[in-house]
Amino acid sequence: MNAPDFLEFKNVSRHFGSIRAVDQVSLSIRKGEFFSLLGPSGCGKTTLLRILAGFERPDTGCVILSGQDITQLPPNRRKVNTIFQSYALFPHLTVRDNIAFGLRIEKRPQREIDHEVERMLELIQMKAEAGKFPDTISGGQKQRVAIARALIKKPQVLLLDEPLAALDLKLRQRMLIELDLIHDEVGITFLYVTHDQGEAMSLSDRIAVMNSGIIEQVGTPAEIYEAPRSSFVAAFIGDTNFFEGRVAELIGNEYSRLVIDGFPDVTVFNDKQLAVNNLIYLSVRPEKFHISRERQEKSPRHNVVPGRVEEVIYQGSLTRYWVRVQEYRIAVTQQHSRFLLDEKPITWDENVWVSWHADDGFMLERYSQSDEQLVTLPE
Amino acid sequence: MKRSLVPYCVTAAILVFFYLPILVLVVNSFNTSRFGGSWEGFSLVWYSRLLNHREIWHALTNSLVIAVSSSIVSVLLGTTAALALHRYATRLQKAHYMLIYTPLIMPEILMGISMLLFFIAAGMQLGLFTIFLAHVTFCISFVAMVVLGRLQDFDFSIIEAAQDLGANWWQATWKVLVPLLMPGLVAGGLLAFTLSIDDFVITFFVAGPGSTTLPIRIYSMIKHGSPPLINALSTILLAVTFAAVYISQHLLEDKT
Ligand SMILES: Nc1ncnc2c1ncn2[C@@H]1O[C@H](COP(=O)(O)OP(=O)(O)OP(=O)(O)O)[C@@H](O)[C@H]1O
Ligand SMILES: [Mg+2]
Repeated sequence: MNAPDFLEFKNVSRHFGSIRAVDQVSLSIRKGEFFSLLGPSGCGKTTLLRILAGFERPDTGCVILSGQDITQLPPNRRKVNTIFQSYALFPHLTVRDNIAFGLRIEKRPQREIDHEVERMLELIQMKAEAGKFPDTISGGQKQRVAIARALIKKPQVLLLDEPLAALDLKLRQRMLIELDLIHDEVGITFLYVTHDQGEAMSLSDRIAVMNSGIIEQVGTPAEIYEAPRSSFVAAFIGDTNFFEGRVAELIGNEYSRLVIDGFPDVTVFNDKQLAVNNLIYLSVRPEKFHISRERQEKSPRHNVVPGRVEEVIYQGSLTRYWVRVQEYRIAVTQQHSRFLLDEKPITWDENVWVSWHADDGFMLERYSQSDEQLVTLPE
Repeated sequence: MKRSLVPYCVTAAILVFFYLPILVLVVNSFNTSRFGGSWEGFSLVWYSRLLNHREIWHALTNSLVIAVSSSIVSVLLGTTAALALHRYATRLQKAHYMLIYTPLIMPEILMGISMLLFFIAAGMQLGLFTIFLAHVTFCISFVAMVVLGRLQDFDFSIIEAAQDLGANWWQATWKVLVPLLMPGLVAGGLLAFTLSIDDFVITFFVAGPGSTTLPIRIYSMIKHGSPPLINALSTILLAVTFAAVYISQHLLEDKT
């Protein structure tokens, strides 16, 4: 399926003094897509969203929505609606009047307004609370009113700025499911801002990972997880292990031999066609490792290194290990496929062999400046 | 253990100090005696004289016209100033804040003189209009400070939400900003009204012939010796003031 691009950012920049909040961002979002902007605090997600909503003017670049350049339109003339992080419900209006606000502004006939509001109250299951004021309803309910108030305008794009951040964990998980259902039901394009990779992963059709004003990578959740294109993305999405090294030899078209300090030879899939002597990071996710007491047969596509278990955390369906290999402390997680009690489990201080398949490692080019950007997430 | 009587004595002394003169005034307004030195029996004679006193009615009308018009205008301008001060934090705004704040602490006599000189230099006829201008000038500052206080905890994303839902600037202001700021606007307006209606010093400088306000009329009546009338008038003003304070406090309590 190749739907035409529906919403486009073209070379959009917005600087505040010396801060480059948004830097040369180009993005294409398809109609009906659930698209997430994911990145750490202060990376410019909100600014990009506000540029689309019309509350910020970009310094350069333009925004195109269904074929129309909307860069210069004021917020009230754009067919996009926002769900604000603080909900921003009108405290002097009841739930019903909050939801009706957008249609009243349009001066729609009263009967039509009543009908639409009724439909929205049903969608968010808040008929009983229609007469209450925002101060007297719960956080999750405010959230739903904010959604209804925006959806009733039938926007072309619904913008959500960390809509779940203010909710507690339980409610967050429930709203996550509700958001997904609502998206399926209304079929509107969602642009969702979050710094929570779990939220982005579970909801999105595609994700753009942002870092200090630039887009690092755009892709489906699986692409971003399995094939991160920068060390930042690799570390920000899920846990990973980084090893510093360089390319020593090309093996055919597809594989390379790496030299990593203190390691025996390591073979890795070379999809990026990096040349010999390129400085690289090797990234391997914890669940891609396998550990065992006996040394595995070293096949050409398998890497095996000896290590010593330093810590074991049993977590039911999986176990986490921290294994010392030379100067590296490698995080390893193992799913339990067999009944655990049948065999003697590996415990700390044991010598083990850590192995992984060449296809499960990822090479990321190492530049001197990106060294500083390398983020290693704490356990 | 015996409780100290000192706090009670101090409180009583302060109350006496504040309210005894007022009490004397109120009592004397019902006194038949012309000079109020001694009680010569209850009467409403001063109140009935007051009703027929054309000059006082004239002055009161002037005062009300000026107080109402200048408080409305100063609420409009003061609120605009407060919004500008709150939203834009440039270096120019620091100067703006100083300018708004200064009239609150500047000696009234200075303001009176400077405005008088200004009006004369501008070739303006002194009268109700110059009084109105002068009152707006000092009321703006007070209104701006009151509204600024309300804005401190105002969430402007609510205004953005209104615009996001299709409201233009005008609709966002009238349907969202004004209703939410209303308690502050009412409080600012009441403050401006009370400041305007009893202002003496500044008004004294910028008033012209035929534009006497109530405080100035009262002053000249005292000089020309009709204190019992003043007592009656003051008692009425006192009652009105207490009522206004009581009502406005109730209004503010209901809103928050
Ligand atoms: N109005 C402004 N004036 C000055 N700097 C700003 C302004 N708005 C944003 N910034 C700066 O731009 C950068 C990006 O801000 P933005 O709010 O877009 O980040 P964010 O990704 O939404 O972060 P968060 O997850 O914390 O909400 C930050 O460094 C911020 O300090
Ligand atoms: Mg933000």
